[in-house]
Amino acid sequence: MPTIGVKRDLLFEALGKKYTDDEFQDLCFAFGLELDEVTTEKQMLTKEQGDVAAAADASEEIIYRIDIPANRYDLLCLEGLVTGLRVFQGKVKPPKFDFVEPAQRQVLKIAPSTAQIRPFAVAAVLRNVTFTQDSYNSFIDLQDKLHQNICRKRTLVAIGTHDLDTIQGPFSYEALAPDQIKFVPLNQTRELNGIELMDFYATHAQLKQYLPIIRDSPVYPVIYDANRVVLSLPPIINGDHSKISLKTKNVFIECTATDLTKAKVVLDTIVCLFSEHCAQKFTVEPCDVVQTDGTSISYPELAVREERVSVKRANAYIGINEPANKLADMLTRMYLEAEVDAKDGDTLKVKIPPTRHDVIHACDIYEDIAIAFGYNNIKKSLPAFMQIAKQFPLNKLTEQLREQVAQAGFTEALTFTLCSRDDIGLKLNKDIEAMPAVHIGNPKTLEFQVVRTTLLPGLLKTLVANRKMPLPLKLFEISDVVLAAANSEVGARNERRLCAVNCNKSAGFEVVHGLLDRVMQLLSVPWKTGNANQGYYLQAAEDPTYFPGRCAHVMFNNAVIGKIGVLHPSVLQAFELTTPCSAVEFTIEPFV
Amino acid sequence: MASQMEFDLTERILLHLESCEEVDTLHLAQQFGIEHQKIVGAVKSIQAHGELLKAEALTHKSLQLTEEGQSVALRGSHEAIIYAAVPGEGGIAQADLLASGGCNAKLGFSKAMSQGWLWLDKSVQPPLIRRRVANIVDHVQEQLLQLQLQLAGGEAQLSVSDLTDYKKRKLLQELSIKSFRLSKGPKFATTLTKLETDLTMDMLATGQWQQLRFKAYNFDALGASPMRGQLHPLLKVRTEFRQIFLEMGFSEMATNNYVEASFWNFDALFQPQQHPARDAHDTFFIKQPAHCFELPEDYVRRVQTVHSVGGYGSLGYGYEWQLAEAQKNLLRTHTTAVSARTLFQLANQAGGFKPAKYFSIDKVFRNETLDATHLAEFHQVEGVIADVGLTLGDLIGTLHAFFCKLGITRLEFKPAYNPYTEPSMEIFCYHPGLAKWIEVGNSGVFRPELLLPMGLPRDVNVIAWGLSLERPTMIKYGINNIRDLVGPKVDLKMVEDGPICRLDHV
Repeated sequence: MPTIGVKRDLLFEALGKKYTDDEFQDLCFAFGLELDEVTTEKQMLTKEQGDVAAAADASEEIIYRIDIPANRYDLLCLEGLVTGLRVFQGKVKPPKFDFVEPAQRQVLKIAPSTAQIRPFAVAAVLRNVTFTQDSYNSFIDLQDKLHQNICRKRTLVAIGTHDLDTIQGPFSYEALAPDQIKFVPLNQTRELNGIELMDFYATHAQLKQYLPIIRDSPVYPVIYDANRVVLSLPPIINGDHSKISLKTKNVFIECTATDLTKAKVVLDTIVCLFSEHCAQKFTVEPCDVVQTDGTSISYPELAVREERVSVKRANAYIGINEPANKLADMLTRMYLEAEVDAKDGDTLKVKIPPTRHDVIHACDIYEDIAIAFGYNNIKKSLPAFMQIAKQFPLNKLTEQLREQVAQAGFTEALTFTLCSRDDIGLKLNKDIEAMPAVHIGNPKTLEFQVVRTTLLPGLLKTLVANRKMPLPLKLFEISDVVLAAANSEVGARNERRLCAVNCNKSAGFEVVHGLLDRVMQLLSVPWKTGNANQGYYLQAAEDPTYFPGRCAHVMFNNAVIGKIGVLHPSVLQAFELTTPCSAVEFTIEPFV
Repeated sequence: MASQMEFDLTERILLHLESCEEVDTLHLAQQFGIEHQKIVGAVKSIQAHGELLKAEALTHKSLQLTEEGQSVALRGSHEAIIYAAVPGEGGIAQADLLASGGCNAKLGFSKAMSQGWLWLDKSVQPPLIRRRVANIVDHVQEQLLQLQLQLAGGEAQLSVSDLTDYKKRKLLQELSIKSFRLSKGPKFATTLTKLETDLTMDMLATGQWQQLRFKAYNFDALGASPMRGQLHPLLKVRTEFRQIFLEMGFSEMATNNYVEASFWNFDALFQPQQHPARDAHDTFFIKQPAHCFELPEDYVRRVQTVHSVGGYGSLGYGYEWQLAEAQKNLLRTHTTAVSARTLFQLANQAGGFKPAKYFSIDKVFRNETLDATHLAEFHQVEGVIADVGLTLGDLIGTLHAFFCKLGITRLEFKPAYNPYTEPSMEIFCYHPGLAKWIEVGNSGVFRPELLLPMGLPRDVNVIAWGLSLERPTMIKYGINNIRDLVGPKVDLKMVEDGPICRLDHV
C-alpha cells in the first residue's frame, strides 16, 4: 500500500477546514484511507538516517503520512487527495476534463526499432501551468509514487516531463545502440553516451535499481526533439536540457511503456491531477502519437465511460434498500457521477471518469456505494442456508493423535517448514542431491533453501535451544513435510508425519518405541507376528542418521512407513547436542 | 544415620535445658563442639513438634580481621613493605619499586609518601625514590597484632576512628551472628515423639494410624508438579478456531499442499501477472520442481481471457497474459489458493452448485523482510461462504458472529483494496487492554471475474475473510516477539506452563 506525505496546513487550507488529528483520522477511515503517522520532515530525517545533524535544518512543519489503497492512483498527491475528499464530503462536484485544441498538435513518432525494447509511448501537453514550490514538489512526488506502484518500478511505464519551451517538436521515439546516444543527463554538466551513463549511475542510490531494465539490451530507448536534443533515456533519466523548473509554463509529458494500458492510465492520472494548475483549469492539450504503421492516435484518452447498473442488484449486493436517487448521490460523492435512468427507474447511468481507471466492473461501483453508505451502517444479517459441517479427515486424525501423544508425556513443538539444505542433508549424514526435496529458487537466507523432508531437524533445534530444561526432554510434532513427486499435479506433495524424540542421559530407545506401540494401540493396529498379513513391526535397517545396529524401519502391512532408532553421535554433534537421543518418525496418512 | 544424629542432638538440647533456665544457642555450639548451624536446625525440628521450648532471636556483633588484615598482621602494612623495598643507601626508580611490591604496592607507596617515610629525588635522571627517615615504626601491624590477640580472648579495644579507618581499608570487618536464646516452653519434655509424615498402607492394615501423631502440613507450599506432556500454545489456539468454525457449520478444506502453481495462487484469483505480490521479493518461487503442467485447460483459457481482454461484465486488466507465468510453482502465499481450488470443485461437482461454507487454518509462506512480528511462514485462518444472493451485510453479520466467539464484540470495518475482493473490508476490533482499535483481518466479496470463469452460476456470491493465527495469539498472551511463540527457539517452560485456550473467556 503506497504512503504519501502531505503538509497538514496545506491540506487543511485546500480542504477549507481545520481538523484535529482524530477527526481527520475518522474522515480517512470512512473513505478507506489510513492516517499512518503524524510527523515532521525533521523527525523523518532523524528517524530514517539517525542523523540529528542532517535533520537540524529540516522543517518542523507537520506532515501527515497517509496510506492510499493500491488501486487509487488518483489519490497519490495532495491535489488528487483534496479533490477526492471534497467530492466525498459533497462540497464540490467531480471536475470535468476538457481538451483544448492547439493550432498545431505536438507529434511523437514511434520508430519500429523500439519494438525490441519498449514498444509503447503516449504523450500530452499541459499549457500555462503555474508552479509554486509546493505544487512543483507534489508534481515530482506524484511521478515517483506512480513509478513505484502502477509503473512497477519503471519496468511497465516510465514518465518523462519536460519544459516544452526548451524543445521543438515533432518528437521522435527511437531505440539506438547505447554508444550512439549522447546527452547531458538531468542535473549533470558532462555529456555521456549510453555506455558511460550505465557506469556513471551504477552506484547512484535511487537510479541504480532501474539500470538492469535496459542495461544488457543491444539498443536503448531514447526520445529526441526535432533538433536531435535528447528529452529522455527511458526508463533511466531525462536530459538536462528540457528539465522543468518553477518557471516552466508549458509541460510536455511522455510515457514510454511495455504495457500500453498502464501507460494510458498513468498519463490520464498525471494530466487529470495537474491540469488543476493550468490557467484554464482542468484542460489538456492532446498530442498525436504516430505508430510504426503510420497511423496516428490522439493522447491522452481522458475517456469517460458509462456503466449501467441495476438499483435492485446494487442494493441486494450490499444488503441495503436505498432508493435510486440516493444511490446516485452516493456514487457522485465517490467521484462517479450518476443519474437515474428516467425510463425504467431501476437503472443508474454511472460516468466513470479518467481518474477512476480502477473501476472495471459493476462490483467496483457497488463497493463505492457501500463506502458512501458507510460499511458500519450496513445492517448485519446471516446467510440463511444450513450445512452439516465436515472435518478434513487427515486433520481430524492429527487433532486426535496430538492429544494422545501429549497424554503419553511428550510435549508438542511447532517448528519451521523451511530450512537449510544442510539441516536435512549434511547434518543428518545424508546427501541432499539424492533426496526428493523441494528447492526454493530465491531464498533470502540459508534458512529458506528447501522445504523440510523430515520433522527431525526442527525437533533437534528445539532441544538445543532448551538445554537448560531438566532431562528427560520428550518432544513431538505432527505436521507436514513436502516431497518432490513427479506423479502429482505440481510435482510435489505434502505428507503428514508424526515425529518424536527422547533426549536423556541415555538414548532410551524403548521410550520412543513405547510411544510407537501406544500410537499403534490407539489406531487399533496389532503387532504383527508369525504369518499374519496385517499389523506393524520393526525391521532392522541401516541409515546414516542413526547409530549402526540401532535403527529400524517402521513397517505397516509390509510397507515402510517410517524410521525409529538411536541418533548417530555425529548427528548430535552437528546439532550441538551433548545428550543422547532416540527418535521415531512415520507418516500417519495410511491410518486416515 | 543423619536423622539419628539429629535426634540425639535434639535430646541433648532438651536435657541441657532441663538443667538450666535459659541458654544461647551460640553457647551450646561452643559447649557441644558442634557447628552452630546444626544446633539451630535441631531447634527448628524440636519446634515442629509443638511448644516444647521458646526461642528468642538474638543478634551478636563481632569484629574479625579480613584476609588482607591477617596478612598485614603477619607481614606488615603495605607502606612498611614498600619502605623496606627501598634500599637504605641510594634509591630506586618508582617503576621498579612498584613492580617489586606486588598488588598493594601502589597503595603502600602513597601511604608511605604521605607518612613522610619516602621522598622523590628529581635531581637525578631518572628521578629516584629515597628513604627520608632511617627507620620506621609500623603502627598498623602492631595494632592489628594486638587486636588479633584480644579477639581470640573475647573482647577488643579499639578507638572509633581507627575502627572506621581499618574497615575502610578492608583490614577489619564486622560480623553479625544470629542465634537464639532458648528457654522451656509450656509443653516442655526431654524426649520427642516421632511425627509421621504420611498415611501408609501399613498403618491402615495394622490400625496403627489411630495411635500415631502426624506432622502438620504447610498449606502455603506448592504441590508436586504432575508428570505430563503439553500441547503447543499456538496449536491450542488453532484447535479452538477449528472448533468455532465447526460450531458454525463450516466444513474444513484440504490445505495439505504447500507447493502450489502460480495459477491457483494468483491467476485464478484475478491477480494480474504484474502485481507486486508476484515479485520474487514477496513470494518464494520453486526452483525444483519449477513448473506445474497440469492445469484445467478450458478454465485456464477463460482466466486468460478475463485477465487480458475482460468478460463477464469486466474490462479486464488489458495486458498480455502468459501461460508460462501461471505455470510457475511457488510456496502458497495464502490459503485462498486452496479456496480457489475448492470453489472450482464446487462449481464443477456432480449435481452442480450447492451452497457451502468452508474454512481452513494452515501455513502460508512469504519471502518478506523478517522482524519481531513477521516470519517467512505463518498460519492463515480463512472462512468462505458461497450461496445465491449473499450480501455484504451477510459478511458483516458472519464476522460479528465469528469474532463474538473469540470474545471480541466491538468491530469496525474500513474500506480497503484487494485484487480479488470487491467490496473489500479491513476488520478492526477494539482491544480494551490496549485501549485502541487494532486491525485483525481482511474480508470481502469475491469478484465476479474470479467466480464466473470457474463456472459458478451468475447469481452466486462468495464472501470470505482471513486473518493470521499468530497475531491474535500474540495479543491474547501478550507476546511481543513471534520467535517466542513459533519455531525452535520457543521456551518449553512457556509451553509447559501455558493455560488452556479459552478465547471467549475474558
